[in-house]
Amino acid sequence: MSSVLLKNIVKRFGDFTAVHKTTLDIPDGAFVTLLGPSGCGKTTTLRMIAGLLDPTEGDIVIGGRRVNDIPIHKRNLGVVFQNYALFPHKSVAENVAFGLRYRDVPKADIPRRVQAALELVQLPDLGARRPRELSGGQQQRVALARAIVIEPDVLLLDEPLSALDANLREDMRVELKRIQERIGVTTVFVTHDQSEALAMSDRIVVMSAGRVEQVGAPEQVYNAPASEFVANFLGASNIVPCMCTRRGPEGATLEAPALGAIAVPAARAPKLREGPAKLVLRAEKLQLLPEGAPCDGRITAPAVVETVDYQGQTVRYFVRIGERQFQAINLIEERPFAVGARVVAAFRPQDCAGLPGT
Amino acid sequence: MSVEAREARQPWILLAPALSAVTLLLFVPLLFILVYSFWLRTATGADQPGFFLDNWREALTDPFYRDILLSTLRIAAITTAVCALMGYPTAYFIARSRGDKLLMVLLLMLPFWISYIIRTMSWINILGASGAANAALMALGVVSEPVNMLYNEAAVILGLTHYLLPFMILNVFVSLEGIDANVEAAANSLGATRWQSFLEVTLPLSLPGLAAGGLLCFVLGAGTYITPLILGGPRDAMFANLVFEAIITQLNWPLGSALSLMLLLVLGALVAIYNRYLGMTQLMKGLG
Ligand SMILES: Nc1ncnc2c1ncn2[C@@H]1O[C@H](COP(=O)(O)OP(=O)(O)OP(=O)(O)O)[C@@H](O)[C@H]1O
Ligand SMILES: [Mg+2]
Repeated sequence: MSSVLLKNIVKRFGDFTAVHKTTLDIPDGAFVTLLGPSGCGKTTTLRMIAGLLDPTEGDIVIGGRRVNDIPIHKRNLGVVFQNYALFPHKSVAENVAFGLRYRDVPKADIPRRVQAALELVQLPDLGARRPRELSGGQQQRVALARAIVIEPDVLLLDEPLSALDANLREDMRVELKRIQERIGVTTVFVTHDQSEALAMSDRIVVMSAGRVEQVGAPEQVYNAPASEFVANFLGASNIVPCMCTRRGPEGATLEAPALGAIAVPAARAPKLREGPAKLVLRAEKLQLLPEGAPCDGRITAPAVVETVDYQGQTVRYFVRIGERQFQAINLIEERPFAVGARVVAAFRPQDCAGLPGT
Repeated sequence: MSVEAREARQPWILLAPALSAVTLLLFVPLLFILVYSFWLRTATGADQPGFFLDNWREALTDPFYRDILLSTLRIAAITTAVCALMGYPTAYFIARSRGDKLLMVLLLMLPFWISYIIRTMSWINILGASGAANAALMALGVVSEPVNMLYNEAAVILGLTHYLLPFMILNVFVSLEGIDANVEAAANSLGATRWQSFLEVTLPLSLPGLAAGGLLCFVLGAGTYITPLILGGPRDAMFANLVFEAIITQLNWPLGSALSLMLLLVLGALVAIYNRYLGMTQLMKGLG
């Protein structure tokens, strides 16, 4: 087990910079997720840690040792690829045993350790099968067993769940987290799925266009986004231009048209100064109520429903408040509001975040 | 008519033109050859129809034919081995290169635009007494007299390799292209060096392509008749030359028929063995 440190890493392909100067510290035993849209450089970053790509600039340090010049086969990493990359000509047990054969493991111990790894991923009876005789989820588990049986210093996972269907993906998510906690291996997980990232990570690294936008615990990234990009990538947010009229140690006061004064807690407005600012109001935190309903201390504004996007358990509304359109995602109780309905939009100021901006 | 019945008939309708062509152009002539092989050429030179086993007896028992058959198979085997050794690295290079693979494959096909006979004859200009190779050697002072490089078995193998190498490269290339690049990366991440992961992962996964290329090279090599005619000496005749000799020179159609069927049976048995263990799909991929 080891920490991973990326120091001023840059990766260029010809003229194109896939990863801009990035520094990232991944503590020993942490589950860190690289989250971002397609093409933002997640895989490139992961492959540099793995040793499958050389960084153009910067250092990669694993467990206190600079590994830039250490080839992949000496780095002792467990890598799980998006398409699993199992060896099709070898049985499941041979796949899992592969890494052990290249280590100083006594031959007699190999079958026992292979079996233990297969039990850990809950496939104790499939050792004799070929990969093509397995379902996608089973192949996924074999790939994981193959990567962890060598007791890697770091586990690297590139969108390991993206090829699975939605239900299986959620099961595997829990399963993967269970296994990671059990063996306590430092894990770097790549995904573009925000709910996956929020559910599994100790820490999320949000990336965009080759740059790190924010690093933080899931609640932190979700509740106090450091940029408009982060606010929108982790679920839908309403970004409202406003003025910061007062900034104190306990928080900031934002004045937004049609919403009035909003007292945002300091933790959710770390970079805010007095002057032009942006209010971040998550769509899930904006609740629509029938006119005249009690609003117990929340901030309210009259609103008109313009679009209703029914999603089963929830409904997404687009409503007009003053001059602006807002998005609200609400659980459905009884019946959703109809288009044109006059409602009251309500939210709690402590659910809002503030960003500096014009 | 039900949908199923219509769908079951459709492939046959689509195949009909090709099937009739194959039947007319391949099976009917082959049938004639088969019938011919049991006729007998009389001393007068006329063919006597009937069911005589004389030709087959001669073809199967005469050590002359047996020796040439064996040396034909040997030359084909050596050529196949040389093609594999030269073709595999080339195919690997193309498959793993970041450049324009399509262009490289196209360049590989370039020789096919020139007649095989002309390509074979070009070796005379290179290896002949007044050819390029001898001129260079003499200019460099390595030798004073032209070295005899043509009209021997080595020249035949060289010519065959020149002809067959693209088939090998294409087949191996196709199978290498079908291997997921991450599989090798996975082997590396588990502790295998590049060479080890090549031996344990890439090579086994590309064996079907190597086998398909090998089969093509062997069958085409063993059936060749032009290369030994142009580049071989009098003692380098291959089996197809015997067939030519019997039919065209001696006008002995019955014996020539028996000989050609004999070669067909040997090579057919080889294809059958290949098909039994590896299946034809790989070969189709390599050809397509
Ligand atoms: N070998 C390469 N040569 C040139 N450009 C590359 C190469 N590999 C990646 N890129 C570019 O670098 C950028 C980042 O690619 P990367 O694969 O890291 O994205 P990603 O975040 O993993 O995206 P996805 O979620 O789609 O997998 C992309 O714009 C991609 O086109
Ligand atoms: Mg990727």
